[in-house]
Amino acid sequence: MTTNQGAFAGPSEDREAFVAFFKARFPDIPFTEYANGIYAIDKDAREQWQDIEIFPPYEFTIDQGRVLWAEKLPDGKTYSDCFNNTTTGVRHLYPRFYTDSGEVETLETAINRCRETHGQTGLKYGGEKMVALSAYMSFVSRGNTINVTVSGDNPEAIAAYEEGKRFYYTKRGQLNFSCSDCHITSAGQYVRADRLSAGLGHPTHFPVYRSKLGEVISLHQRFSGCVRDVRAKPFALQSKEFRNLEYFLTFMSNGLEANGPGARK
Amino acid sequence: MTTTIKLSAKLKGGVADIKSLMLHPMETGSRTDPDTGNIIPTHHITQLVFTNNGKEIMVANFSTAVSKNPFFGFSFEGGKAGDTVKARWVDNNGETDELETQLV
Amino acid sequence: MNNTRRMILKGGLALLVLASLPRTIMAAVWPKKIFSSTTASEALKSLLGTDATTPSDRINLKVPEIAENGAVVPVSIDTSLENVESISIVVKNNPRPMAATFEIPPGTLPKIASRIKMGETSDVMAVIKTSNGIYSATSEVKVTIGGCGG
Repeated sequence: MTTNQGAFAGPSEDREAFVAFFKARFPDIPFTEYANGIYAIDKDAREQWQDIEIFPPYEFTIDQGRVLWAEKLPDGKTYSDCFNNTTTGVRHLYPRFYTDSGEVETLETAINRCRETHGQTGLKYGGEKMVALSAYMSFVSRGNTINVTVSGDNPEAIAAYEEGKRFYYTKRGQLNFSCSDCHITSAGQYVRADRLSAGLGHPTHFPVYRSKLGEVISLHQRFSGCVRDVRAKPFALQSKEFRNLEYFLTFMSNGLEANGPGARK
Repeated sequence: MTTTIKLSAKLKGGVADIKSLMLHPMETGSRTDPDTGNIIPTHHITQLVFTNNGKEIMVANFSTAVSKNPFFGFSFEGGKAGDTVKARWVDNNGETDELETQLV
Repeated sequence: MNNTRRMILKGGLALLVLASLPRTIMAAVWPKKIFSSTTASEALKSLLGTDATTPSDRINLKVPEIAENGAVVPVSIDTSLENVESISIVVKNNPRPMAATFEIPPGTLPKIASRIKMGETSDVMAVIKTSNGIYSATSEVKVTIGGCGG
Protein backbone atom coordinates (compact mmCIF):
# COMPACT_ATOMS: atom_id res chain seq x y z
CA MET A 1 0.00 0.00 0.00
CA THR A 2 1.61 3.24 -1.13
CA THR A 3 1.81 6.28 1.09
CA ASN A 4 2.16 8.69 -1.80
CA GLN A 5 -0.52 11.21 -0.90
CA GLY A 6 -1.53 11.90 -4.43
CA ALA A 7 -1.97 8.28 -5.41
CA PHE A 8 -3.54 6.28 -2.55
CA ALA A 9 -7.11 5.10 -2.62
CA GLY A 10 -9.49 6.83 -0.22
CA PRO A 11 -11.83 5.17 2.27
CA SER A 12 -14.66 4.89 -0.26
CA GLU A 13 -12.52 3.06 -2.75
CA ASP A 14 -11.24 0.80 0.07
CA ARG A 15 -14.79 -0.05 1.01
CA GLU A 16 -15.80 -0.83 -2.55
CA ALA A 17 -12.84 -3.17 -2.87
CA PHE A 18 -13.66 -4.77 0.50
CA VAL A 19 -17.26 -5.44 -0.51
CA ALA A 20 -16.25 -6.62 -3.98
CA PHE A 21 -13.82 -9.14 -2.49
CA PHE A 22 -16.55 -10.82 -0.46
CA LYS A 23 -19.04 -10.71 -3.31
CA ALA A 24 -16.55 -12.60 -5.46
CA ARG A 25 -15.72 -15.04 -2.66
CA PHE A 26 -19.36 -15.74 -1.72
CA PRO A 27 -21.45 -14.97 -4.81
CA ASP A 28 -24.63 -16.42 -3.27
CA ILE A 29 -24.65 -14.30 -0.15
CA PRO A 30 -26.64 -11.06 -0.47
CA PHE A 31 -24.88 -7.94 0.82
CA THR A 32 -27.43 -7.38 3.62
CA GLU A 33 -26.73 -10.82 5.09
CA TYR A 34 -23.21 -9.87 6.16
CA ALA A 35 -24.78 -8.18 9.16
CA ASN A 36 -25.35 -11.73 10.43
CA GLY A 37 -21.72 -12.81 10.44
CA ILE A 38 -21.03 -16.51 10.20
CA TYR A 39 -24.76 -17.21 10.03
CA ALA A 40 -24.70 -15.81 6.51
CA ILE A 41 -22.31 -18.63 5.59
CA ASP A 42 -23.03 -21.62 7.85
CA LYS A 43 -26.50 -23.13 7.61
CA ASP A 44 -26.46 -25.39 10.69
CA ALA A 45 -25.08 -22.60 12.87
CA ARG A 46 -27.69 -20.25 11.43
CA GLU A 47 -30.53 -22.51 12.55
CA GLN A 48 -29.17 -22.65 16.08
CA TRP A 49 -28.83 -18.88 16.09
CA GLN A 50 -32.40 -18.41 14.86
CA ASP A 51 -33.56 -20.69 17.65
CA ILE A 52 -31.81 -18.51 20.21
CA GLU A 53 -33.20 -15.34 18.60
CA ILE A 54 -36.72 -16.63 19.32
CA PHE A 55 -36.20 -15.34 22.83
CA PRO A 56 -32.71 -13.89 22.96
CA PRO A 57 -30.87 -13.68 26.28
CA TYR A 58 -29.69 -10.11 25.59
CA GLU A 59 -33.23 -8.87 26.26
CA PHE A 60 -32.46 -8.61 29.97
CA THR A 61 -29.45 -6.44 29.15
CA ILE A 62 -31.55 -4.17 26.95
CA ASP A 63 -34.01 -3.75 29.83
CA GLN A 64 -31.17 -2.82 32.14
CA GLY A 65 -29.93 -0.29 29.60
CA ARG A 66 -33.38 1.20 29.19
CA VAL A 67 -33.50 1.97 32.91
CA LEU A 68 -29.98 3.50 32.83
CA TRP A 69 -30.84 5.63 29.79
CA ALA A 70 -33.73 7.24 31.65
CA GLU A 71 -31.65 8.21 34.69
CA LYS A 72 -31.03 11.91 35.20
CA LEU A 73 -27.44 13.11 35.35
CA PRO A 74 -26.38 15.28 38.32
CA ASP A 75 -27.19 18.60 36.60
CA GLY A 76 -30.65 17.41 35.60
CA LYS A 77 -29.78 16.61 32.01
CA THR A 78 -30.31 13.18 30.42
CA TYR A 79 -28.50 11.11 27.80
CA SER A 80 -31.25 12.15 25.46
CA ASP A 81 -30.00 15.73 25.70
CA CYS A 82 -26.48 14.65 24.74
CA PHE A 83 -27.61 12.54 21.85
CA ASN A 84 -29.89 15.03 20.16
CA ASN A 85 -33.12 13.87 21.78
CA THR A 86 -33.22 11.04 19.32
CA THR A 87 -35.92 8.40 19.38
CA THR A 88 -34.58 6.63 16.34
CA GLY A 89 -31.09 6.00 17.70
CA VAL A 90 -27.56 7.18 17.02
CA ARG A 91 -25.52 4.01 17.24
CA HIS A 92 -25.38 3.63 13.46
CA LEU A 93 -23.49 6.92 13.19
CA TYR A 94 -20.63 5.84 15.45
CA PRO A 95 -17.67 5.92 15.54
CA ARG A 96 -17.12 9.47 14.40
CA PHE A 97 -14.11 11.73 14.32
CA TYR A 98 -14.46 14.28 17.12
CA THR A 99 -12.56 17.38 16.02
CA ASP A 100 -12.42 18.93 19.52
CA SER A 101 -10.33 16.06 20.83
CA GLY A 102 -8.66 15.25 17.52
CA GLU A 103 -9.53 11.59 18.06
CA VAL A 104 -12.07 8.98 17.13
CA GLU A 105 -15.13 8.96 19.38
CA THR A 106 -17.01 5.69 19.78
CA LEU A 107 -20.48 5.25 21.24
CA GLU A 108 -18.92 4.29 24.56
CA THR A 109 -16.54 7.24 24.81
CA ALA A 110 -19.44 9.49 23.76
CA ILE A 111 -21.52 8.10 26.62
CA ASN A 112 -18.75 8.91 29.06
CA ARG A 113 -18.17 12.36 27.58
CA CYS A 114 -21.89 12.98 28.11
CA ARG A 115 -21.65 11.86 31.72
CA GLU A 116 -18.58 13.94 32.46
CA THR A 117 -20.04 17.03 30.81
CA HIS A 118 -23.04 16.82 33.10
CA GLY A 119 -21.22 16.13 36.33
CA GLN A 120 -21.10 12.34 36.43
CA THR A 121 -18.03 10.11 36.56
CA GLY A 122 -17.49 7.90 33.56
CA LEU A 123 -18.54 4.24 33.45
CA LYS A 124 -15.98 1.47 33.26
CA TYR A 125 -15.53 0.26 29.68
CA GLY A 126 -16.62 -3.35 29.45
CA GLY A 127 -18.46 -3.02 32.75
CA GLU A 128 -22.05 -4.15 33.12
CA LYS A 129 -23.61 -0.67 33.02
CA MET A 130 -21.69 0.58 30.01
CA VAL A 131 -22.48 -2.60 28.12
CA ALA A 132 -26.16 -2.38 29.07
CA LEU A 133 -26.43 1.26 27.99
CA SER A 134 -24.77 0.59 24.66
CA ALA A 135 -26.95 -2.50 24.19
CA TYR A 136 -30.04 -0.37 24.69
CA MET A 137 -28.78 2.32 22.33
CA SER A 138 -27.95 -0.32 19.72
CA PHE A 139 -31.38 -1.80 20.09
CA VAL A 140 -33.05 1.58 19.55
CA SER A 141 -30.93 2.03 16.42
CA ARG A 142 -32.02 -1.24 14.85
CA GLY A 143 -33.09 -0.91 11.28
CA ASN A 144 -30.97 2.17 10.63
CA THR A 145 -28.17 1.93 8.09
CA ILE A 146 -24.59 2.09 9.33
CA ASN A 147 -23.32 5.47 8.19
CA VAL A 148 -19.90 6.38 9.52
CA THR A 149 -18.18 9.46 8.11
CA VAL A 150 -14.51 9.78 7.29
CA SER A 151 -14.36 13.31 6.01
CA GLY A 152 -12.12 13.84 2.99
CA ASP A 153 -11.53 17.41 4.19
CA ASN A 154 -10.12 16.29 7.51
CA PRO A 155 -6.58 14.90 7.28
CA GLU A 156 -6.67 13.91 10.98
CA ALA A 157 -9.79 11.81 10.42
CA ILE A 158 -8.23 10.18 7.40
CA ALA A 159 -5.07 9.51 9.39
CA ALA A 160 -7.08 7.81 12.16
CA TYR A 161 -8.92 5.72 9.57
CA GLU A 162 -5.60 4.76 7.95
CA GLU A 163 -4.21 3.74 11.37
CA GLY A 164 -7.19 1.49 11.88
CA LYS A 165 -6.75 -0.01 8.45
CA ARG A 166 -3.05 -0.57 9.04
CA PHE A 167 -3.89 -2.35 12.33
CA TYR A 168 -6.32 -4.63 10.50
CA TYR A 169 -3.71 -5.75 8.00
CA THR A 170 -0.76 -6.01 10.42
CA LYS A 171 0.39 -9.45 11.54
CA ARG A 172 0.74 -9.77 15.30
CA GLY A 173 1.29 -12.21 18.10
CA GLN A 174 3.01 -15.56 18.40
CA LEU A 175 0.70 -16.94 15.76
CA ASN A 176 1.61 -14.01 13.50
CA PHE A 177 -1.89 -13.45 12.14
CA SER A 178 -3.49 -10.21 11.09
CA CYS A 179 -7.24 -9.62 11.32
CA SER A 180 -7.31 -9.87 7.54
CA ASP A 181 -5.62 -13.29 7.52
CA CYS A 182 -8.65 -14.82 9.21
CA HIS A 183 -11.51 -12.54 8.31
CA ILE A 184 -10.68 -11.73 4.72
CA THR A 185 -8.28 -14.33 3.30
CA SER A 186 -9.72 -17.28 5.23
CA ALA A 187 -13.31 -16.14 5.74
CA GLY A 188 -15.62 -19.15 5.64
CA GLN A 189 -12.81 -21.56 6.37
CA TYR A 190 -12.06 -23.32 9.63
CA VAL A 191 -9.51 -22.49 12.28
CA ARG A 192 -9.54 -25.71 14.30
CA ALA A 193 -13.24 -26.19 14.97
CA ASP A 194 -14.37 -22.60 14.50
CA ARG A 195 -15.63 -21.28 11.22
CA LEU A 196 -14.34 -17.80 10.40
CA SER A 197 -16.84 -15.02 9.75
CA ALA A 198 -16.24 -12.31 7.15
CA GLY A 199 -14.84 -8.95 8.24
CA LEU A 200 -17.61 -7.25 6.33
CA GLY A 201 -20.42 -6.57 8.77
CA HIS A 202 -18.48 -7.35 11.93
CA PRO A 203 -19.44 -4.30 14.02
CA THR A 204 -23.13 -4.07 13.06
CA HIS A 205 -24.46 -6.34 15.78
CA PHE A 206 -22.43 -5.26 18.80
CA PRO A 207 -22.60 -5.38 21.75
CA VAL A 208 -23.16 -9.09 21.56
CA TYR A 209 -24.44 -11.86 23.87
CA ARG A 210 -21.91 -14.67 23.83
CA SER A 211 -23.30 -18.10 24.69
CA LYS A 212 -19.83 -19.13 25.76
CA LEU A 213 -19.72 -16.41 28.43
CA GLY A 214 -23.43 -16.17 29.19
CA GLU A 215 -23.21 -12.39 28.99
CA VAL A 216 -23.18 -9.41 26.66
CA ILE A 217 -19.79 -8.02 25.65
CA SER A 218 -18.63 -4.94 23.76
CA LEU A 219 -16.78 -4.80 20.44
CA HIS A 220 -13.49 -3.86 22.09
CA GLN A 221 -13.77 -6.83 24.41
CA ARG A 222 -14.05 -8.98 21.29
CA PHE A 223 -11.05 -7.23 19.73
CA SER A 224 -9.21 -7.99 22.96
CA GLY A 225 -10.18 -11.65 22.77
CA CYS A 226 -9.08 -11.94 19.15
CA VAL A 227 -5.72 -10.29 19.86
CA ARG A 228 -5.23 -12.70 22.77
CA ASP A 229 -6.21 -15.63 20.55
CA VAL A 230 -3.26 -14.91 18.25
CA ARG A 231 -1.13 -14.72 21.40
CA ALA A 232 -0.45 -11.02 21.35
CA LYS A 233 -0.97 -8.63 24.23
CA PRO A 234 -4.35 -6.94 23.85
CA PHE A 235 -4.75 -3.17 23.87
CA ALA A 236 -6.97 -1.51 26.46
CA LEU A 237 -10.70 -1.18 25.85
CA GLN A 238 -11.29 2.16 24.13
CA SER A 239 -7.56 2.60 23.56
CA LYS A 240 -6.63 4.71 20.55
CA GLU A 241 -5.61 1.58 18.64
CA PHE A 242 -8.98 -0.10 19.13
CA ARG A 243 -10.95 3.08 18.45
CA ASN A 244 -9.13 3.59 15.17
CA LEU A 245 -9.66 -0.07 14.31
CA GLU A 246 -13.37 0.29 15.04
CA TYR A 247 -13.46 3.43 12.88
CA PHE A 248 -11.99 1.58 9.90
CA LEU A 249 -14.04 -1.56 10.42
CA THR A 250 -17.37 0.22 10.83
CA PHE A 251 -16.73 2.41 7.78
CA MET A 252 -16.19 -0.82 5.82
CA SER A 253 -19.67 -1.88 6.97
CA ASN A 254 -21.41 1.30 5.82
CA GLY A 255 -24.65 0.46 4.07
CA LEU A 256 -25.42 -2.55 6.25
CA GLU A 257 -28.21 -2.53 8.77
CA ALA A 258 -27.44 -1.81 12.42
CA ASN A 259 -28.81 -4.97 14.01
CA GLY A 260 -27.46 -5.01 17.54
CA PRO A 261 -27.40 -6.27 20.12
CA GLY A 262 -26.71 -9.67 18.62
CA ALA A 263 -26.27 -13.23 19.84
CA ARG A 264 -23.26 -15.33 18.98
CA LYS A 265 -21.59 -18.45 20.30
CA MET B 1 -38.39 -5.09 41.51
CA THR B 2 -36.68 -6.27 38.35
CA THR B 3 -38.09 -9.47 37.02
CA THR B 4 -35.96 -12.45 36.10
CA ILE B 5 -38.63 -13.81 33.79
CA LYS B 6 -39.73 -12.87 30.30
CA LEU B 7 -42.95 -14.46 29.21
CA SER B 8 -44.82 -14.53 25.94
CA ALA B 9 -48.27 -16.15 25.64
CA LYS B 10 -49.87 -16.10 22.20
CA LEU B 11 -52.89 -17.83 20.72
CA LYS B 12 -52.47 -19.33 17.27
CA GLY B 13 -55.44 -21.20 15.86
CA GLY B 14 -56.80 -22.34 19.22
CA VAL B 15 -53.40 -23.36 20.58
CA ALA B 16 -51.62 -21.19 23.13
CA ASP B 17 -47.90 -20.89 22.38
CA ILE B 18 -45.88 -20.12 25.52
CA LYS B 19 -42.28 -18.93 25.49
CA SER B 20 -40.24 -18.06 28.53
CA LEU B 21 -36.74 -16.79 29.19
CA MET B 22 -35.28 -16.69 32.66
CA LEU B 23 -32.29 -14.84 34.06
CA HIS B 24 -30.43 -17.42 36.14
CA PRO B 25 -26.76 -18.51 36.36
CA MET B 26 -27.62 -22.24 36.26
CA GLU B 27 -24.29 -22.91 37.97
CA THR B 28 -23.33 -26.57 37.71
CA GLY B 29 -21.27 -26.79 40.86
CA SER B 30 -18.31 -28.15 38.88
CA ARG B 31 -16.60 -24.89 38.03
CA THR B 32 -13.71 -23.40 39.98
CA ASP B 33 -13.45 -19.70 40.76
CA PRO B 34 -10.22 -18.58 39.03
CA ASP B 35 -9.49 -16.03 41.78
CA THR B 36 -10.05 -18.10 44.92
CA GLY B 37 -9.51 -21.61 43.63
CA ASN B 38 -12.73 -22.67 45.31
CA ILE B 39 -15.57 -24.57 43.67
CA ILE B 40 -18.45 -22.29 42.74
CA PRO B 41 -21.45 -23.90 44.44
CA THR B 42 -24.29 -25.24 42.38
CA HIS B 43 -27.08 -22.72 41.90
CA HIS B 44 -29.80 -23.62 39.46
CA ILE B 45 -33.50 -23.52 38.82
CA THR B 46 -34.89 -26.85 39.92
CA GLN B 47 -38.50 -26.45 38.88
CA LEU B 48 -40.48 -24.20 36.59
CA VAL B 49 -44.26 -24.39 36.86
CA PHE B 50 -46.83 -22.83 34.55
CA THR B 51 -50.49 -22.30 35.31
CA ASN B 52 -53.37 -20.99 33.26
CA ASN B 53 -56.05 -19.30 35.36
CA GLY B 54 -54.61 -21.19 38.30
CA LYS B 55 -54.72 -24.60 36.64
CA GLU B 56 -51.35 -26.29 36.25
CA ILE B 57 -50.40 -26.72 32.59
CA MET B 58 -46.72 -27.64 32.71
CA VAL B 59 -44.05 -28.66 35.18
CA ALA B 60 -40.47 -28.48 33.99
CA ASN B 61 -37.85 -30.18 36.17
CA PHE B 62 -34.38 -28.85 35.41
CA SER B 63 -30.92 -30.16 36.17
CA THR B 64 -27.76 -28.06 35.97
CA ALA B 65 -27.51 -29.21 32.35
CA VAL B 66 -30.07 -26.65 31.29
CA SER B 67 -28.29 -23.65 29.78
CA LYS B 68 -27.56 -20.44 31.64
CA ASN B 69 -30.43 -17.97 31.28
CA PRO B 70 -32.79 -20.82 30.42
CA PHE B 71 -35.27 -20.72 27.60
CA PHE B 72 -38.36 -22.90 27.68
CA GLY B 73 -41.24 -23.14 25.23
CA PHE B 74 -44.38 -25.28 25.09
CA SER B 75 -48.03 -25.18 23.97
CA PHE B 76 -51.42 -26.00 25.42
CA GLU B 77 -55.04 -26.19 24.25
CA GLY B 78 -58.18 -24.76 25.75
CA GLY B 79 -56.84 -21.31 26.46
CA LYS B 80 -58.81 -18.15 25.64
CA ALA B 81 -57.70 -14.57 25.11
CA GLY B 82 -57.50 -12.82 28.46
CA ASP B 83 -56.58 -15.95 30.42
CA THR B 84 -53.84 -15.42 33.00
CA VAL B 85 -50.72 -17.46 32.33
CA LYS B 86 -48.24 -17.58 35.18
CA ALA B 87 -44.67 -18.83 35.25
CA ARG B 88 -42.97 -19.55 38.56
CA TRP B 89 -39.50 -20.91 39.15
CA VAL B 90 -37.78 -22.10 42.29
CA ASP B 91 -34.08 -22.87 42.64
CA ASN B 92 -31.95 -25.10 44.83
CA ASN B 93 -31.30 -22.21 47.24
CA GLY B 94 -35.00 -21.75 47.77
CA GLU B 95 -35.05 -18.53 45.77
CA THR B 96 -38.08 -17.99 43.61
CA ASP B 97 -39.67 -15.60 41.13
CA GLU B 98 -42.88 -15.51 39.18
CA LEU B 99 -44.51 -13.54 36.42
CA GLU B 100 -48.03 -13.35 35.00
CA THR B 101 -49.18 -12.33 31.60
CA GLN B 102 -52.43 -12.35 29.68
CA LEU B 103 -52.94 -14.76 26.83
CA VAL B 104 -53.34 -12.73 23.63
CA MET C 1 -42.60 -41.45 41.81
CA ASN C 2 -40.89 -43.16 44.74
CA ASN C 3 -43.61 -41.90 47.03
CA THR C 4 -46.23 -43.50 44.79
CA ARG C 5 -44.59 -46.90 44.95
CA ARG C 6 -44.13 -46.77 48.72
CA MET C 7 -47.73 -45.84 49.29
CA ILE C 8 -49.06 -48.56 47.01
CA LEU C 9 -47.06 -51.10 48.98
CA LYS C 10 -48.41 -49.80 52.26
CA GLY C 11 -51.97 -50.53 51.29
CA GLY C 12 -54.98 -49.78 49.19
CA LEU C 13 -56.30 -47.03 51.43
CA ALA C 14 -53.15 -45.03 51.00
CA LEU C 15 -53.46 -45.38 47.24
CA LEU C 16 -57.01 -44.01 47.34
CA VAL C 17 -55.83 -41.01 49.33
CA LEU C 18 -52.97 -40.37 46.92
CA ALA C 19 -55.22 -40.62 43.90
CA SER C 20 -57.45 -37.86 45.22
CA LEU C 21 -54.60 -35.43 45.93
CA PRO C 22 -54.48 -32.46 43.54
CA ARG C 23 -51.86 -32.80 40.84
CA THR C 24 -49.90 -29.80 42.14
CA ILE C 25 -48.75 -31.63 45.25
CA MET C 26 -47.33 -34.52 43.27
CA ALA C 27 -45.60 -32.15 40.86
CA ALA C 28 -44.03 -30.17 43.67
CA VAL C 29 -41.35 -32.77 44.36
CA TRP C 30 -38.24 -32.13 42.33
CA PRO C 31 -36.92 -35.55 41.28
CA LYS C 32 -33.45 -35.08 42.77
CA LYS C 33 -32.38 -38.70 42.40
CA ILE C 34 -32.81 -38.86 38.64
CA PHE C 35 -30.68 -35.76 38.25
CA SER C 36 -27.80 -37.17 40.26
CA SER C 37 -27.75 -40.47 38.39
CA THR C 38 -24.49 -40.91 36.53
CA THR C 39 -25.71 -43.18 33.77
CA ALA C 40 -28.64 -42.87 31.40
CA SER C 41 -29.79 -46.33 32.44
CA GLU C 42 -29.82 -45.45 36.13
CA ALA C 43 -31.60 -42.14 35.48
CA LEU C 44 -34.33 -43.78 33.41
CA LYS C 45 -34.85 -46.59 35.93
CA SER C 46 -35.16 -43.97 38.63
CA LEU C 47 -37.64 -41.88 36.71
CA LEU C 48 -39.71 -44.50 34.90
CA GLY C 49 -38.92 -47.77 36.63
CA THR C 50 -37.14 -49.12 33.55
CA ASP C 51 -34.46 -48.17 31.08
CA ALA C 52 -36.17 -50.05 28.26
CA THR C 53 -37.62 -47.77 25.61
CA THR C 54 -39.19 -48.46 22.23
CA PRO C 55 -37.71 -46.37 19.43
CA SER C 56 -40.47 -44.48 17.67
CA ASP C 57 -40.44 -42.52 14.45
CA ARG C 58 -43.48 -40.66 15.71
CA ILE C 59 -41.14 -38.58 17.85
CA ASN C 60 -39.63 -35.52 16.24
CA LEU C 61 -36.35 -34.69 18.00
CA LYS C 62 -34.72 -31.58 16.63
CA VAL C 63 -31.12 -30.93 17.64
CA PRO C 64 -28.19 -29.53 15.65
CA GLU C 65 -25.73 -31.86 13.98
CA ILE C 66 -22.80 -29.85 15.24
CA ALA C 67 -23.42 -27.68 18.28
CA GLU C 68 -22.19 -24.13 17.74
CA ASN C 69 -21.43 -24.00 21.43
CA GLY C 70 -21.80 -26.87 23.89
CA ALA C 71 -23.11 -24.43 26.51
CA VAL C 72 -26.25 -23.61 24.53
CA VAL C 73 -27.64 -26.45 22.43
CA PRO C 74 -31.25 -25.92 21.29
CA VAL C 75 -33.48 -28.99 21.68
CA SER C 76 -37.07 -29.30 20.43
CA ILE C 77 -39.23 -32.36 20.90
CA ASP C 78 -42.73 -33.02 19.68
CA THR C 79 -44.67 -36.17 18.94
CA SER C 80 -47.84 -37.57 17.41
CA LEU C 81 -47.98 -40.23 20.11
CA GLU C 82 -51.14 -40.04 22.19
CA ASN C 83 -51.70 -39.73 25.94
CA VAL C 84 -48.26 -38.39 26.66
CA GLU C 85 -47.52 -38.08 30.36
CA SER C 86 -43.90 -36.93 30.34
CA ILE C 87 -41.05 -35.95 28.06
CA SER C 88 -37.42 -36.25 29.16
CA ILE C 89 -34.11 -35.20 27.63
CA VAL C 90 -31.20 -37.59 28.22
CA VAL C 91 -27.65 -36.69 27.18
CA LYS C 92 -25.81 -40.00 27.36
CA ASN C 93 -22.28 -38.67 27.70
CA ASN C 94 -23.02 -35.87 30.18
CA PRO C 95 -21.70 -36.57 33.70
CA ARG C 96 -25.35 -36.66 34.79
CA PRO C 97 -27.31 -37.73 31.72
CA MET C 98 -30.80 -36.63 32.74
CA ALA C 99 -30.90 -33.03 31.60
CA ALA C 100 -34.55 -32.22 32.17
CA THR C 101 -37.93 -33.85 32.47
CA PHE C 102 -41.32 -32.34 31.73
CA GLU C 103 -44.68 -33.37 33.16
CA ILE C 104 -47.45 -33.02 30.56
CA PRO C 105 -50.97 -32.75 31.99
CA PRO C 106 -54.03 -33.41 29.79
CA GLY C 107 -54.68 -30.44 27.52
CA THR C 108 -51.00 -29.58 27.18
CA LEU C 109 -49.42 -30.52 23.85
CA PRO C 110 -46.60 -33.08 23.89
CA LYS C 111 -44.14 -30.53 22.64
CA ILE C 112 -41.25 -28.72 24.32
CA ALA C 113 -38.28 -26.55 23.37
CA SER C 114 -35.31 -25.72 25.54
CA ARG C 115 -31.54 -25.14 25.47
CA ILE C 116 -29.14 -27.51 27.19
CA LYS C 117 -25.46 -27.91 28.02
CA MET C 118 -23.45 -30.73 26.56
CA GLY C 119 -19.99 -31.56 27.82
CA GLU C 120 -18.91 -33.48 24.74
CA THR C 121 -20.21 -35.16 21.61
CA SER C 122 -23.08 -37.39 22.63
CA ASP C 123 -26.30 -39.07 21.71
CA VAL C 124 -29.24 -36.99 22.83
CA MET C 125 -32.33 -39.03 23.57
CA ALA C 126 -35.92 -37.86 23.81
CA VAL C 127 -37.82 -40.24 26.11
CA ILE C 128 -41.58 -40.05 26.05
CA LYS C 129 -43.82 -41.83 28.51
CA THR C 130 -47.40 -42.40 27.39
CA SER C 131 -50.21 -44.43 28.88
CA ASN C 132 -49.20 -47.14 26.38
CA GLY C 133 -45.52 -47.34 27.14
CA ILE C 134 -42.15 -45.64 26.92
CA TYR C 135 -40.80 -44.47 23.59
CA SER C 136 -37.63 -42.77 22.45
CA ALA C 137 -35.79 -41.09 19.60
CA THR C 138 -32.06 -40.52 19.50
CA SER C 139 -29.80 -38.14 17.60
CA GLU C 140 -26.09 -37.51 17.85
CA VAL C 141 -24.87 -33.99 18.49
CA LYS C 142 -21.21 -33.23 17.89
CA VAL C 143 -19.60 -30.83 20.32
CA THR C 144 -16.23 -29.37 19.44
CA ILE C 145 -13.69 -27.35 21.32
CA GLY C 146 -13.39 -24.02 19.61
CA GLY C 147 -10.45 -22.75 17.65
CA CYS C 148 -9.54 -19.15 17.68
CA GLY C 149 -12.95 -17.63 18.26
CA GLY C 150 -13.98 -20.19 20.86
